[in-house]
Amino acid sequence: MKLIFEKSVPGRGTTMLGKCDVEAVALPAELCRQEAPALPEISETDLSRHYTELCQKVHGVNCGFYPLGSCTMKYNPRIDEEIAALPGFTAVHPLAPKETVSGCYEALDTAKKYLCEVTGMDDMTFQPAAGAHGEFTGVLLIKQYHESRGESHRNKIIVPDSAHGTNPATAAMCGYEIVNIPSAPNGCVDIEALKAVLGSDTAGLMLTNPNTVGIFDENILEITRLVHEAGGQCYYDGANLNAVMGAVRPGDMGFDCIHMNLHKTFATPHGGGGPGAGAVGCKEHLARFLPSSALMDGDGHLQVRSFAGNFLVVIKALTYVMTLGAEGIREASANAVLNANYLMRKIQGTFEPAFDRICMHEFVLDLSEFKKRTGVSALDVAKSLIDHGMHPPTMYFPLIVHEALMLEPTETESRETLDWAAEIFRKLYALAETDPEYMHNAPHNAAIARPDEVRAARTPILRYTK
Amino acid sequence: MGSYVPSTKEERREMLEAIGLKDYRELYQDVPAEMYLDKPLDLPEGMSELEVSRAMNAMAGKNRVFSTVLRGAGAYDHYIPSIVKYIPAKEEFLTAYTPYQAEMSQGVLQSIFEYQTMICELTGMAVSNASVYDGATAAAEAAAMCRDRKRRVTLISAAAHPDTINTVRTYCYGTNDELRIVPAKDGKTDLDALKEMLTADVASFYVQQPNFYGQFEDCTAIGEMVHAAGAQYIMGCNPIALAIMKTPAECGADIAVGEGQPLGMPISFGGPYLGFMAATAKMMRKLPGRIVGETVDAKGDRAYVLSLQAREQHIRREKASSNICSNQALCALTAGVYMSAMGPKGMAEAANQSMAKAHYLAKGLCAIEGVSLKYEGAFFHEFVAVMPKTEEVLAALADADILGGLPVEDGILWCATEKVSREELDKTIAIVKEVLGK
Repeated sequence: MKLIFEKSVPGRGTTMLGKCDVEAVALPAELCRQEAPALPEISETDLSRHYTELCQKVHGVNCGFYPLGSCTMKYNPRIDEEIAALPGFTAVHPLAPKETVSGCYEALDTAKKYLCEVTGMDDMTFQPAAGAHGEFTGVLLIKQYHESRGESHRNKIIVPDSAHGTNPATAAMCGYEIVNIPSAPNGCVDIEALKAVLGSDTAGLMLTNPNTVGIFDENILEITRLVHEAGGQCYYDGANLNAVMGAVRPGDMGFDCIHMNLHKTFATPHGGGGPGAGAVGCKEHLARFLPSSALMDGDGHLQVRSFAGNFLVVIKALTYVMTLGAEGIREASANAVLNANYLMRKIQGTFEPAFDRICMHEFVLDLSEFKKRTGVSALDVAKSLIDHGMHPPTMYFPLIVHEALMLEPTETESRETLDWAAEIFRKLYALAETDPEYMHNAPHNAAIARPDEVRAARTPILRYTK
Repeated sequence: MGSYVPSTKEERREMLEAIGLKDYRELYQDVPAEMYLDKPLDLPEGMSELEVSRAMNAMAGKNRVFSTVLRGAGAYDHYIPSIVKYIPAKEEFLTAYTPYQAEMSQGVLQSIFEYQTMICELTGMAVSNASVYDGATAAAEAAAMCRDRKRRVTLISAAAHPDTINTVRTYCYGTNDELRIVPAKDGKTDLDALKEMLTADVASFYVQQPNFYGQFEDCTAIGEMVHAAGAQYIMGCNPIALAIMKTPAECGADIAVGEGQPLGMPISFGGPYLGFMAATAKMMRKLPGRIVGETVDAKGDRAYVLSLQAREQHIRREKASSNICSNQALCALTAGVYMSAMGPKGMAEAANQSMAKAHYLAKGLCAIEGVSLKYEGAFFHEFVAVMPKTEEVLAALADADILGGLPVEDGILWCATEKVSREELDKTIAIVKEVLGK
């Protein structure tokens, strides 16, 4: 398929603006650029068709099953899009007089109130634009907290080895040393390992619960108690909130601050990689450190992004929470867990679950034995799924499971879809014995065959050049 | 209650049976009893689509939508072509995840590759990433790119957007690095102060072009000064202005960043916006975030992939240069469509008209007694006009459905874009004249 620049013809274009109705003003010569930027010159017809062509090479969750573990690819409701497109939300300036945007403040306050209730927190900010951004914000709250108590010597953040890569990266961005602790054989926190690293230099612990292998750590109260006893703070990575919302609250587990991924748990669309929103909630003792905007709210606070954050994303999440209500929130998480267990059971007898027990909203398959036997890897299985119109599950994460495939069906899938998915996995399990070569070269029916990623990294071509 | 869960009560019962369980509580057997919620959350009842639509419309209805917007200060009300709204709304683009599976996401990957190319063209720089959260975080990430073992101090101009300064300050606080603010003089960076502050421990200097007050800075001279001191040069640019303005590359910048909101995103109470980041070839491997690269597939056909991932958090974990995991893909797509729909001529037109209308407004306002320009330098589409009775002026404008400029010290920071008509500008000038004449 051609790039848009390859469809560009000098002189083509559209007429979006009218003639200027005031006197032209010339930019002083020394401030002018020498050459015009080589942006596409293309008719609206060709522009429209170009993006239609591109669109046909994209798979969204509203288009088909997307069991990406840890990403919570649930259906993105259309009403949320419609509401977020209302001029009352899109056409208002962040610096408009507060009394003219009371609807915006109401939306933010309502979202805060509801999400604090869901998570057991006392206050919240919507300024972070993504999950990792929310982590950064949360850990900064902890940093400010210790500083305010004269305990800046606390320079270590504890992270389990099952954690998402953003956790240690975040801790590093906040000036902390990372202490990795190994997981227990069941994937949960090894209490003895935790005790061994806790001390007067502990700033905090970053944890996801249920953890990244989809298991709820039943020792969670002891874990948070131990960290608090050592003088540290507990940070909750809310990536897996979809398993437990309405059933248990991070605040009740002993966490001091959390982030949520509105684009996961609260159904706002992923957009191909953003914009999301990483709402950060905290208990009372951390509330005064929450970030704000210098221009909107005055100086003196942390700030992680301009203005108030990804406002329209919050609107979508709010619309979703209001749609679900108390009962719907509970129903969503309960059925996310039911669907995951159902799918896991249906695959039983083929690929091995890493932990053969009840899971939460996601489960991990361990293909290491399978690979030894058939030579077919988790990657090969993932690529083969593409030929069946299924987006592959998460691969090779978490690091504590080898040849991992992590599946998270979410609650918005029907039983037929789950049955169909299980059938595909069974087919591929059998195919690995009869035709592994076919799987090594999958996908066969996608827009492209396997790309040469090594070449891409070795000889970076990061832009089009005529 | 609204629900997106397809299964019926009967189906759920059957599914529980299929996995050998009696009720949902058994699924949560690991959750200690003392924290398992046995009653519903204290939230209202759910709503049907009709009801939630009514409620959210009512909320939106409490916001005032002015027909004329003359306030900028980091959020710019440009004309957004219709096609720019429709393309990103296509469900495939909207509901796709990050393009980790290249074979299934060539559409997203190619659109980002095209966006990266357009940002390179706009800024003149060699390489662009797939975007970051906004202009303020782009500035902070750029400053982080420049720090090394010897040079850790970040300098930023006081004439940059206050939110940018505060965000950079926060990121510096994170890594325990120092931020020093170079004072402004006459609405621009004080070059004498800058020279003095460019000490051997300085990693980079950030300037905004045009700056927060709308003024054009002397970016070439600044670049020379910064490099002479061994530091790196970061320019934060308005992307519409870049259609006609001297590029960061031409000014000698090492990194070019900026707020991409004017490229087709509505002002939407501050977000979602778009941070663009572009750099010299030398700085390529220091760029944070996603980058899409071109390669070939097993059949030898051209293909696109996420590339240089060894920089990123999922590989390097605590050694990653940034924790950033996503970009603002849909906003980058929006920007790509905007830049293609407008084309180089359309964008230059938007820039020239914005500048012309702002100058027309400035001229008309300054013809009123008691009103004068605060700063004398050349400006793009924003300027500070000194005037008395700013509250009354803005109130009178609001009555006429006009959102006037931002009140600042001494006066008002006005902004005009190509969207504003001569008629609206004349009306504005007339109202200001009337209020000040009383």
